[in-house]
Amino acid sequence: MYKLFKKEDFINSLYKIKDYKIFVPAKEGYYHFFSPLEKGISPDFSFFNTRLSPKSIIYPQSERMFEFSLNKEDPDAFILKEAEKEFPLQAIIGIRPCDAHAFQIVKKNFDNPDYKDPWWTKRYENTTFIGLGCNNPRNTCFCTKVGGGPFSEIGLDAIMYDLGENFLIKVLTDKGSLFLKKIEGGKEAEETHIKQAEKIKKEAEAKIKTDIEIEALLKKGILQVFEADIWEEISFPCINCGICTYLCPTCWCFDIQDEVYKDKGDRIRNWDSCMFPIFTLHASGHNPRAEKFRRVRQRFMHKLKYYPEKYHDGVQCSGCGRCIIACPTNMDIREIANKMSKI
Amino acid sequence: MQNPYLPYPAVIEKIIVETDDRSLRTFKLKFLDPSHEQVFKYMPGQFAEISVPGKGEVPIGIASSPTEKGYLLFTINKVGLVTTHLHNMKEGDILGVRGPLGNSYPWDRMEGKNVVIIGGGFAFTTLRSSIVYMLHPENRPKFEKIIVVYGARRPGLLLYKDELWEWEKRNDLEMHITVDATDDPNWKYNIGFVPTITEQKVKSAENAIAIVCGPPIMIRFTQPVLEKIGFSPENIILSLEMRMKCGIGMCGRCNIGYKFVCKDGPVFSLAELKELPSEY
Repeated sequence: MYKLFKKEDFINSLYKIKDYKIFVPAKEGYYHFFSPLEKGISPDFSFFNTRLSPKSIIYPQSERMFEFSLNKEDPDAFILKEAEKEFPLQAIIGIRPCDAHAFQIVKKNFDNPDYKDPWWTKRYENTTFIGLGCNNPRNTCFCTKVGGGPFSEIGLDAIMYDLGENFLIKVLTDKGSLFLKKIEGGKEAEETHIKQAEKIKKEAEAKIKTDIEIEALLKKGILQVFEADIWEEISFPCINCGICTYLCPTCWCFDIQDEVYKDKGDRIRNWDSCMFPIFTLHASGHNPRAEKFRRVRQRFMHKLKYYPEKYHDGVQCSGCGRCIIACPTNMDIREIANKMSKI
Repeated sequence: MQNPYLPYPAVIEKIIVETDDRSLRTFKLKFLDPSHEQVFKYMPGQFAEISVPGKGEVPIGIASSPTEKGYLLFTINKVGLVTTHLHNMKEGDILGVRGPLGNSYPWDRMEGKNVVIIGGGFAFTTLRSSIVYMLHPENRPKFEKIIVVYGARRPGLLLYKDELWEWEKRNDLEMHITVDATDDPNWKYNIGFVPTITEQKVKSAENAIAIVCGPPIMIRFTQPVLEKIGFSPENIILSLEMRMKCGIGMCGRCNIGYKFVCKDGPVFSLAELKELPSEY
């Protein structure tokens, strides 16, 4: 089902929705970020992609898990209690297809048959994903090579096509339909609009020129790639800053720390990074990934070999290209994937 | 579903100093809510996260056996932030236990077999759990011969000494206690490294499974001995350690290749490990 909205009407009506917390892309300085829609925030849909991925909307960078008292007089002293939290209905408007795809990848980690992460799953279930297809992918985009595309519908409840003055919105799920009922001023789309959308989609897909030999890489044995004599050279420029893991919409690793102020404490979970040596440091001093090349190898092996081996469903990368843009030493996952596939 | 990160509150019922250097203590814990004992169903080889509010959590193998009701035992080496704090705690203090976590020794495969247990130093905890479990009158008939080789650097560093001397006297278990060296003239057991004693005492790999738990150096020298005796990599079982946080395969740090030590392990056969990157 398709609906057509005048852009202006669509944006104005977002402000009137009260029962969802709404996130929109907004410009701040040189970059776009996802921001809660509130007074003073103007949604701006003319962006390549947001600088930070929207992963923190479902998976905050720091999250209070439990709270406790260390006061012995307290009857519940030293007993962890779930921290009170709200899980409002929320909608991300204008999420790019690569970032929506990324949530599907991360879901495999946080929502599996053995264990469910209570906070990630609750926020994910309460979120409606209204995507915005990419008319003009950047030269760092490679979604089409990793199972997605500039108009991929993976993980979306609806997808918007930017037709100039209008948004053509294709409704994909009940969740999407329910949300879009709250937007006023929609019309039935005409055949010409749908044709125009299909043309934009084809043209966008053709703009992605990156060539990665993912299929060849998937066929290589894990030990063959792990033991190959390429990792010292690949990792040489890396300064272990961790920006790639911080910006990556599919990186999910975390740390758990207790923080105490006077006699009250919180158990907190923070994003962590395999780029940092203490990530794997044992209390004994032993560290299985003490050297930089081992950590760099871990990052690329996890995304391109371990994840496929474990889930048999593509790679742990949605092709957004943020790590390529942000890396201070110009490391490029596409080149590294190709080196791995040519062993 | 219970929040998998939320520990069950427990009280320290008793603290036993195990070694003469006082760096190892066994904590006897009891759940504050007795119903948690029903939920906390475990098998020897599994571990739990011991949670000290304000300090953090630490993954520790369960040293008690599921046949021992009403309490849990954890033998803890004083080495990092949380364990140092644990060593300063007193009987009656409250902490948390989260688990049971990980797989266990392959009990279904071990039934009907000779079981060879090889342990070194303070890595004897889940092996104690296994021995107590197998010696329980209900379980003993399920196993053929049980052979135990357990060594430490010196007599004062052996864990569970009272039990060791008792097991030594039993005739349904072949016990070989050893120390690397001692000047104690009354020492009546073996002197020699674990791999050497294993080679002397374990004669056959027929219908047998070996469980090995110890410091890396002991494992490295015991492995070829077992292979020489005739154990296939499938029948050499190892338990690994790794830095952990979540314990449920989500936080990403304890992987060896695509396996997580916390969830897919900590118990692996040598055959499984040979197919994984050697990064542990």
